Amino acid sequence: MKNKLGKQTFQFPLKPRIIGSCSIVGEKEGKGPMAKWFDIILEDDTFGEKTWEKSESKMLKQALLLALQRSGLEKDQIDSMLTGDLINQLMPSSFMARDLSIPFLGIYGACSTMTESMILGSMMIDGLYASNILIGASSHYCTAERQFRMPLEHGNQRPPSAQWTSTAAGGMVLSANDKGDAAVTQGQDVKEIYITHATPGKIIDAGIKDVNQMGAAMAPAAVDTIVRHLMDTQRAPEFYDLILTGDLGLIGKQIAMDLLNGAGMDVANIYDDCGAMMYFESQDTHGGGSGCGCSASIFSGYVYKEMRSGKIKNALLVSTGALLSTISPQQGESIPGIAHAVAVTTEGGN
Amino acid sequence: MASKEKELNNKPKKEVAKKYEQYVKQFTPRPKYFSNSLKAFLVGGLICMAALYIQNMLVDKGLSEKSAGAYVTVILICLAQLLTGLGVFDTISKFAGAGVIVPITGFANSMVAPAIEYKKEGPVLGIGAKLFSIAGPVLVCGISVSVIIGIISYFMR
Repeated sequence: MKNKLGKQTFQFPLKPRIIGSCSIVGEKEGKGPMAKWFDIILEDDTFGEKTWEKSESKMLKQALLLALQRSGLEKDQIDSMLTGDLINQLMPSSFMARDLSIPFLGIYGACSTMTESMILGSMMIDGLYASNILIGASSHYCTAERQFRMPLEHGNQRPPSAQWTSTAAGGMVLSANDKGDAAVTQGQDVKEIYITHATPGKIIDAGIKDVNQMGAAMAPAAVDTIVRHLMDTQRAPEFYDLILTGDLGLIGKQIAMDLLNGAGMDVANIYDDCGAMMYFESQDTHGGGSGCGCSASIFSGYVYKEMRSGKIKNALLVSTGALLSTISPQQGESIPGIAHAVAVTTEGGN
Repeated sequence: MASKEKELNNKPKKEVAKKYEQYVKQFTPRPKYFSNSLKAFLVGGLICMAALYIQNMLVDKGLSEKSAGAYVTVILICLAQLLTGLGVFDTISKFAGAGVIVPITGFANSMVAPAIEYKKEGPVLGIGAKLFSIAGPVLVCGISVSVIIGIISYFMR
């Protein structure tokens, strides 16, 4: 067990780099507080396509291709591609991949997909099975609404705890080699980003049955993974400049903070949540953002750029997922939560 | 043996779930029941007032009360359908809630919304199959309850 730390954590001696990244968001997200960090903001959420699924597919493809372009690599240098989304049978991902002719592994981790793909991609590189990997995740408000909830035009009132599925996609290029990013090749002073550790999470089901309480359903899983990661790596929370969960939203963020406090960790200054960051309160999303694209776009937009410029040195990214299905709530099942953590750093490269 | 059975039964413990639900409640804002009810009452009342006004007008023009009622229903349905198609109805109902959902306008919306949504899956397996996806369960339950109440009222007479 050479590369395993403690109970659940992997370490990557080869330190795969993130050498390219791109984030795309929809209209509403583009009016939110994070707007300046995104690479592309759609003027129209259909993205010129006839169906919402096609639009989501196109967003993901665009994000991956732009990330690839920025990494300075060519398509045929990519060994494998790992992406996922929320839609049945991974329709947006699979259809995005069908004319790229890159070996494709579709993954489903609900909204935890971004870090799940980061973990698996890093392991492939660290295990010497690949040199360059494309990873990504997407979600679209309209595809998620029609699959999990109601038709778009149906009139109803959402409860205050309901979260808003973000129309967003993020893509990254992981690589065993350095260089990457047009800025680096132009000789600008930007930092290299390394992936050093990853902690895949256990499913934690706290028994929440209300599908409008996703944040509360996922918060225990996020806290479990964060605490486990810190124990396994023997790091203090202060080691990180930023601990960022995926889409716990406004309510889930408070719960996670409270639970972490209860575990004796004061993270008030370093902890945040992508779902809570995505929208202004005036945008009336109630509980904040959710969806794979929420953490995918903020990791590959905000976090990536801040790390490149050296403002963030060590970050722990924890995408969180609610692993319910469209029928499980009707069968009286509670919502299983999951969270996967990835530690990224700009320090200690070799 | 008992522990093995316990492991197979992979449901979260009830006591834990209950305690966690209680704990979560303190972080969850409560819906604004009073202002929501007030808005629903006002908007719903206005719709009914308008409907009655139109009905009276039609009766004045010489229609029988029964057919005037039918015309009013049709007018309300068409209006709600039109607003749904224009993409305004969901905004109105976000404000008014039950005020527009309880009158026949809500029923019209619940038919047109899936019709628009599932158009992409084709006229038969898309619209045809999904048209009643929201209204259907309401109809089934509504009619079932009315049958039961009908039986009760038959024996009470």
